[in-house]
Amino acid sequence: MSKPLISVRGLTKKFGDFTAVAGIDFDVAKGESFGLLGPNGAGKSTTMRILAATSTRTSGTVEILDKDPEQFGPLVRAHLGVVPQQDNLDGELTVSENLYIYGRYFGLSKKFIKGKIEELLEFAQLEEKRDVKVEALSGGMKRRLTIARGLVSEPDILLLDEPTTGLDPQARHILWDRLFRLKEQGVTLVLTTHFMDEAEQLCDRLVVMDNGAIMAEGSPSGLIKQYSSKEVLEVRFGSDRNKEVAPQLATMCERMETLPDRVLMYTEDGEALLEQIMQAKLHPTTSLVRRSSLEDVFLRLTGRTLIE
Amino acid sequence: MKTAVQIAESRKSSAMYAGRPWVLLERGWIAFRSTNWVPVVTGFVEPVLFLLAFGYGMGNLVGDVTTGSKTIDYTLFIAPGLLANSAMNGAIYDSTWNVFWKLNESKLYKTMLSTPLGPLDIALGEITWALIRGLVYSLGFLTVVTALGLTPSFWAILAIPAASLVAFGFASFGMAITSFFKTYQQMGFINIVLLPMTLFSGSLYPISVYPDWLEKLIMALPLWHGIEMVRAFWFGDLNSGVLIHIATGLFVTSRRLRALFLR
Amino acid sequence: MNAGIDVPTIQRFGALYIASARLKSMSKWRTIIAAVDIGNPLFYLIAVGIGIGVLVEQGSGTSGTNGIKYIAFIAPALLANTAITGIMDETVFPTIEGFKWRKLFFAQNSTPITGRQIAIGVYLAALCRAIFSVSVYYILLLAFDVVNFGISILLMPIAVLGGGGFGALMLFAAAKIEKEDQFFNILGRLVIMPMFLFSGTFFPLTSMPIYLQPIGWISPLWHATELGREAAFDYGISSTMVIVHLTFLITMLVTGLTLATRQFEKRLAK
Repeated sequence: MSKPLISVRGLTKKFGDFTAVAGIDFDVAKGESFGLLGPNGAGKSTTMRILAATSTRTSGTVEILDKDPEQFGPLVRAHLGVVPQQDNLDGELTVSENLYIYGRYFGLSKKFIKGKIEELLEFAQLEEKRDVKVEALSGGMKRRLTIARGLVSEPDILLLDEPTTGLDPQARHILWDRLFRLKEQGVTLVLTTHFMDEAEQLCDRLVVMDNGAIMAEGSPSGLIKQYSSKEVLEVRFGSDRNKEVAPQLATMCERMETLPDRVLMYTEDGEALLEQIMQAKLHPTTSLVRRSSLEDVFLRLTGRTLIE
Repeated sequence: MKTAVQIAESRKSSAMYAGRPWVLLERGWIAFRSTNWVPVVTGFVEPVLFLLAFGYGMGNLVGDVTTGSKTIDYTLFIAPGLLANSAMNGAIYDSTWNVFWKLNESKLYKTMLSTPLGPLDIALGEITWALIRGLVYSLGFLTVVTALGLTPSFWAILAIPAASLVAFGFASFGMAITSFFKTYQQMGFINIVLLPMTLFSGSLYPISVYPDWLEKLIMALPLWHGIEMVRAFWFGDLNSGVLIHIATGLFVTSRRLRALFLR
Repeated sequence: MNAGIDVPTIQRFGALYIASARLKSMSKWRTIIAAVDIGNPLFYLIAVGIGIGVLVEQGSGTSGTNGIKYIAFIAPALLANTAITGIMDETVFPTIEGFKWRKLFFAQNSTPITGRQIAIGVYLAALCRAIFSVSVYYILLLAFDVVNFGISILLMPIAVLGGGGFGALMLFAAAKIEKEDQFFNILGRLVIMPMFLFSGTFFPLTSMPIYLQPIGWISPLWHATELGREAAFDYGISSTMVIVHLTFLITMLVTGLTLATRQFEKRLAK
């Protein structure tokens, strides 16, 4: 196996008394799509900023392309494309000017960038908006432009912090499609997300983070297999009754989670379990059988849901 | 053929400085072309309005002014002071509100720092941009003044580099203090400090009208040195005093630059 | 369900609720407001009034200012200008913020409070700032012995009227504009600054070339300044002109407020 592009060992970041990242280890291989999944405040964004060579660490080692980002900041950043959580496009400039000047920050020649802009506008599906001020773009367009901007220097690694947070479902799907293409082209993606569907769609491999620590690591399907059952039955009895019937339900399945609004029952066969509940005359107000997801993995690992 | 990353990597760079401050100027120019020309153009109008108002309106009330050994027309007296003042105002605007905005609201500097650019690239670039603007203001003002027949001699052209030095000093200073400010309320204090300095520093009247102790106090204000320096060049009135003004300007500037980047 | 919401009361006092909310958020800026509104005119008074005053005395004495000492000559103008800039700050910024930056007006409008009441509320709070600043400044003028206590007390309402006229128009302008990015520059440098310099503030308007005088004629600052000088120092203005000045300012105020309240309702209903 070739050397990993990113190698993190014992990474810790403290802000005063608060530990944002508590000694994490992971590697990212070339061409891989790697995810950091966890709720808000899990330490994902802090980790990303350290990888992006824009924040310092308290202890541990980080190597990106064999270099310590803290010592060789500009050099490391020359290899990175960064897509921050908040779009930070240059509001005074147009779409194509944003791409142009960002390339100039990397010291690229005007000629090179001019050609690159055409390619990137097509990639971001913004050809018709090239001379529009970025203020006038929709949220989805802005995010696509931010990603395109990160690609202007043809980076080895693209860092994406919550790439689809705040976008509507349609804009998310367009964005996922674009990121898929990058993956196919062999760009190494590192992304953070608190959406389990996004992690399942985009990541080859991911770590589940909570309170600054890594709880589990693996492929989305591998994690589901390891930490959850094949199917999940979601039943609701109304806010007051959920707790009441819980002890009786618990005897019917291998594992169960009682949330404030519903009860999740883990099983290999959801329909059969529902039948059993009906026969016990428990009559849930609603019921739903679905496949296990990363959400269930997270619930199992932390006892909490991803989005609170 | 080299890849883009190799090109970016091959540029010499350190943690502080990537050696590319001019890309900031490029950005400034692109933004200027489309929107930013309004504050620049209107900024040029301001000293001209002051000159018209105080020169023509006030001139009638005041008559001639005695400064040093000379007695000159009031309008002629205030012209170089207003030149220094406008250089300061232009530089202050660019290096305070403008920098504050990019630092705290649009987060432009943060974006730049996620590329190979370093903080020194940004500081040098922004200060140079402020300087260029100050220079354009000065040239515009000098053109108007010359057209009005208020330029005493060819030597007045030397007032331009002198005004640029004033702009440089205030741009560095403005940028340094802005880097400490976090709220709009704090930024408001910049204007509160600026106005008395503008009014008291002798651009509109010789400070000899004041009692001795106040005169000494005003001599401690940086703008007074700037105005005296510009005025000395303007009238071709060069003496050892000018050197003191220049030295004061360079000293204050370099101290602030150090404070900004070595903290 | 109704938590005791008394709609008629809101309809009667809605503007006051808005005004008190505005005053509360202004109080966050009280140090700056006090420093700017008291400091700026005071600096001008000392620097220009005393500094240039010395030059004027050496030059033309009091012949150019109808026999009034130079520092006293400029005091009413600075007082009116304080009211004008203060009211402008408190109408322009909150209005643009309310419609665009934080869209606060739309939230307020989703209660029984009307657009008209929001406009009036913002305006009333702005007047409060002017009244405060003008009062403190008047006391300073008394302390500096620039004016004598008595009929000169009229300086205060005159200044507030000048500021109120201009502020009413600004309230309308701020509600009207959609793109504000260059508005402040243009307003500051092409409206406020020329108005300050060419309204007979530092020298009689008539001492300027005739082609620059119209700036003064349309300037609320000039009208308020002339009235103020007449009230405080018996400047020698004909009673016809007093009526002209008053009519101008009152017309400006009424027109501005009418336009502004309409514009507020129009934009909120969009």
